[in-house]
Amino acid sequence: MTENGKPKLAMYWGASCGGCEISVLNIHENILTVDEIFDIAFFPCIADFKYKDVEAYPDNYIDVCLYNGAIRNSENEEMAHLLRKKSKVLVAYGSCSYEGCIPALSNLTTKEATLNKVYIDNPSIENPNQVFPQTSTHVPEGELTLPSFYHTVKALDQVTDVDYYLPGCPPEPPQIWAVLQVIAGALTEGKELPPKGSVVGAGQTAVCEECPLEKQEKTIARFYRPYEINPDPDQCLLEQGIMCMGPATRSGCGALCPQVGMGCRGCYGPTEDVEDQGAKMLSAIGSVLDAGDETMEEDELEALIEEAVETIADPSGTFYRFSMAHSILQRVKNGKGEG
Amino acid sequence: MSEQYEPVIVGFLCNWCSYRAADLAGTSRIKYAPNMRPIRVMCSGRVDPQFVLKALRNGADGVLIAGCHPGECHYVNGNIKALRRYTMLKKALDQWGIEEERVQLLWASASEGTKLAERVNTMTEELRALGPLRWHEKVLADNGAHRVPVKEA
Repeated sequence: MTENGKPKLAMYWGASCGGCEISVLNIHENILTVDEIFDIAFFPCIADFKYKDVEAYPDNYIDVCLYNGAIRNSENEEMAHLLRKKSKVLVAYGSCSYEGCIPALSNLTTKEATLNKVYIDNPSIENPNQVFPQTSTHVPEGELTLPSFYHTVKALDQVTDVDYYLPGCPPEPPQIWAVLQVIAGALTEGKELPPKGSVVGAGQTAVCEECPLEKQEKTIARFYRPYEINPDPDQCLLEQGIMCMGPATRSGCGALCPQVGMGCRGCYGPTEDVEDQGAKMLSAIGSVLDAGDETMEEDELEALIEEAVETIADPSGTFYRFSMAHSILQRVKNGKGEG
Repeated sequence: MSEQYEPVIVGFLCNWCSYRAADLAGTSRIKYAPNMRPIRVMCSGRVDPQFVLKALRNGADGVLIAGCHPGECHYVNGNIKALRRYTMLKKALDQWGIEEERVQLLWASASEGTKLAERVNTMTEELRALGPLRWHEKVLADNGAHRVPVKEA
């Protein structure tokens, strides 16, 4: 159906940092192969395309669309719908698009508080007239419009139908390349695609499975913030009291962070069949926290556990750093209309 | 006059103590609020925090987790783990704006039918005072967060 017979590739960003685009370029010389196999149909980060170009395409014109970034405003959602219509395969690329990621941490507060922080209450901002972006502004030349800012950040599959999920913040280059090869194989050689809804480019187990640090019995007396402790480079970080999301996070990254002394942040999302990554991590910590035992009186027990739990800074932000939009409760209560 | 609001409590009761406490409350003909829907679990340590969150998301106004007293767990320390999880969960729920009365932990041995019944009564009144949670309509829909329904396992 295409002029030169090459499959069409698109990549678009919603609420994202641009790191996912860079990660695609990070597949090194393989990017040349991508260019050989695919025709770029839409990729604002690296080539000049306009919305109207996409609108002019027939439906299903794009063979593969990698959508990265969360759904933060109406423009993100509009493009998600448009690209869904124009693409045969829509991939939620990267953690934002898969499960909300960092943008979705603002589901822990309100739209109003987020806007206030950005436009008013910020040391580097001077905004004496309290100017906020408006969805519509009248100027002598006519009306100017901006997308509307949503109350709740959503993942891509919360607004449209998604074929595959490629987790990671950003996805790791070897995984990206492997996925692109599978898709290219399906398009050019008629090989089979994975079942719809699969998480691709990642493992089935937890990060701990591929983490080489030495693990012993886990008994954690308290947690430390990264600046409070110099980790032993060979021992499991969680055992040393450094928050590491490894037990609750899907493998596939090669456990890169723990190997350089930084606890897993959890960017590959929950493991297979787990719905709520944060709750699972909380549950795991409950099992290994070395505070209180069955011989103690109730009061003493409660006090000890309370004290140990106090050393976990910002539990929601830590356990749901990447998965807030896909978590069971999804956002905080009574966000609307409150400061 | 409009009907009185009846909160829904999902109760996770451990097989060895608290479920038997509920049984005892029944056989002793103790009258208490009919607002709790008991679910028998083998141990309070079996209560995955996901269960609690799911109950709250899908319409419960509150969740009661009940297990054996510390030191009396059938599995030695399952209830200690439950207490640790509960302590962490409470902090997270506080961040999410969910009132602390909505998720409660109780130690009730098999002989404490009265204690369990009393807690269900007080919790029901506390929740009644707080009003309905209705996460789907009041939190998600009002904030434009409705999504494809949670897939059932």
